[in-house]
Amino acid sequence: MNGDIRELYQQMIMDHNKNPRNFHAMADADRTVEGYNPLCGDHFKVYIKMEGDKIKDISFDGAGCAISKSSASMMTSALKGKTRGEAKALFEEVHKMLSRGMGEPFDAAKVGKLATLGGVCEFPSRVKCASLAWHTMLEGLEPTGKQVTTE
Amino acid sequence: MENFNVEQIRKDFPILREQVYGKPLTYLDNAATTQKPQSVIDTLTQYYSKENANIHRGIFCLSEQATKRYKSARHKVQEFIGAASDKEIIFVRGATEAINLVAHCYGRTFLKAGDEVLITHMEHHSNIVPWQMLREEAGVKLKVAPINDQGELILGDFKKLLTDKVKFVSVVHVSNALGTVNPVKEIVRLAHAQGIPVMLDGAQAVAHTPVNVQDLGCDFYVFSGHKLLGPTGVGVLYGKKEFLEKMPPYQGGGDMIRSVTFEKTDYNDLPYKFEAGTPHIAGVIGLGVAIDYIGSIGLERIEAYEQELLKYGTEKLLQVPGLRMIGTAKHKSAILSFVLGDAHAHDIGTILDRQGIAIRAGHHCAMPVMQRFHVPATTRASFAFYNTKEEIDRLAAALREVTEVFR
Repeated sequence: MNGDIRELYQQMIMDHNKNPRNFHAMADADRTVEGYNPLCGDHFKVYIKMEGDKIKDISFDGAGCAISKSSASMMTSALKGKTRGEAKALFEEVHKMLSRGMGEPFDAAKVGKLATLGGVCEFPSRVKCASLAWHTMLEGLEPTGKQVTTE
Repeated sequence: MENFNVEQIRKDFPILREQVYGKPLTYLDNAATTQKPQSVIDTLTQYYSKENANIHRGIFCLSEQATKRYKSARHKVQEFIGAASDKEIIFVRGATEAINLVAHCYGRTFLKAGDEVLITHMEHHSNIVPWQMLREEAGVKLKVAPINDQGELILGDFKKLLTDKVKFVSVVHVSNALGTVNPVKEIVRLAHAQGIPVMLDGAQAVAHTPVNVQDLGCDFYVFSGHKLLGPTGVGVLYGKKEFLEKMPPYQGGGDMIRSVTFEKTDYNDLPYKFEAGTPHIAGVIGLGVAIDYIGSIGLERIEAYEQELLKYGTEKLLQVPGLRMIGTAKHKSAILSFVLGDAHAHDIGTILDRQGIAIRAGHHCAMPVMQRFHVPATTRASFAFYNTKEEIDRLAAALREVTEVFR
């Protein structure tokens, strides 16, 4: 099997795809944001419950490819308990990692386990999949009222 | 198949010698667009390097030549689909524009609020949305004939829906998402028995099966050039003269007029009435050459060979564990649309791509079909006569790899 493919679909990603964490709706969420890529059909909702400046709870549901789903799952695991500022900083770092082709270095220490998503940068047409949940989450923290899409 | 030398044919398509990620290109996305033979590519180069001039303005040699070749392409299309006259052949940008033209010019003129347009559940978005736009504008109703679990039109239900309220029928000849070949001749017969005009969307048909519009009896037939080995940006609307003559023009501009004053404009005759502005001259000439190429092989032989690929491909793919075919009609074109276990079509597409295999993953611009089969997307391999059984083997092997990743 092709090495890039093996890296893209490594075990941790496939595990999150098969057993997504925090994969449920949240009736009492403070923010519910929809992210949708109409061309490919990836469609998720991200639910956020805040406590002061902190993300007390975060979950997601919906449907999409393995990359988009595992990215959303890892994101919710990484962001629970983080402050708004920390979440935004992590978004920036992940964004740099996914679009590594653009040349900007990212801080591997900051992304931690999320580094498993890094293989996506070798697949330019799939970066939009990995980043959908992240942009959806950001809209939840800083609403602009715009429809979230990464296409 | 005897006498079908696919290796020789492949030599006519330079792109088939390309490599992708170090692997030979396995091009199985022919329903999206077909590759172009060298003769079509050379025609475009030749036209722009030696012959380029505008048409119908002929007071110099090049313009006269271009006009002649443009006209001759129209004649080739007429013969290709068996139209009664080349005045019934309108060059447009593609099948989508042709359908929009009919919805606009025929629909807005002859359909009124409450009239029904009947389509099927397997239409491409391009045969749904123009009618919805007409619904918004003119208040016509859109009726949808259902399909069964095999992806076949349920003819009994179609007949029931064909009431005297229906004033137009628009049906796909071959489904791009399922491969189903519709009984279009029967559909035309049923509709005509009630005096209802019929348009057929032949985008997925003309490169794969012989089409004769007079034999089918349809009133309109549309297709795109680029799915028929020709250039993108050129397509054909066939319309019976009696319909085209009573329809108003689509766009106003040059070529479609006879005389213009600020008070009044006289429209040109068919087919020019519907061809405002400088057309895609090189594209039209290229389409003519593509039709010549198809003719040199023969659509009957192409169809027989592709049916062989369909049979072989169906068998091979069904052996892949967890693969479920979407679209199992009895009468099918060489299109294999499927889902594979829990693997999402886009993940399959990425894994196949690294093997040099080009397929389509998604809803294929036929979202109602996906809804009907309760899948978000399918993976689709669609064949042309330059594909081989060896390529199908490569596809099947790569799909087994997918099942390993998604174990």
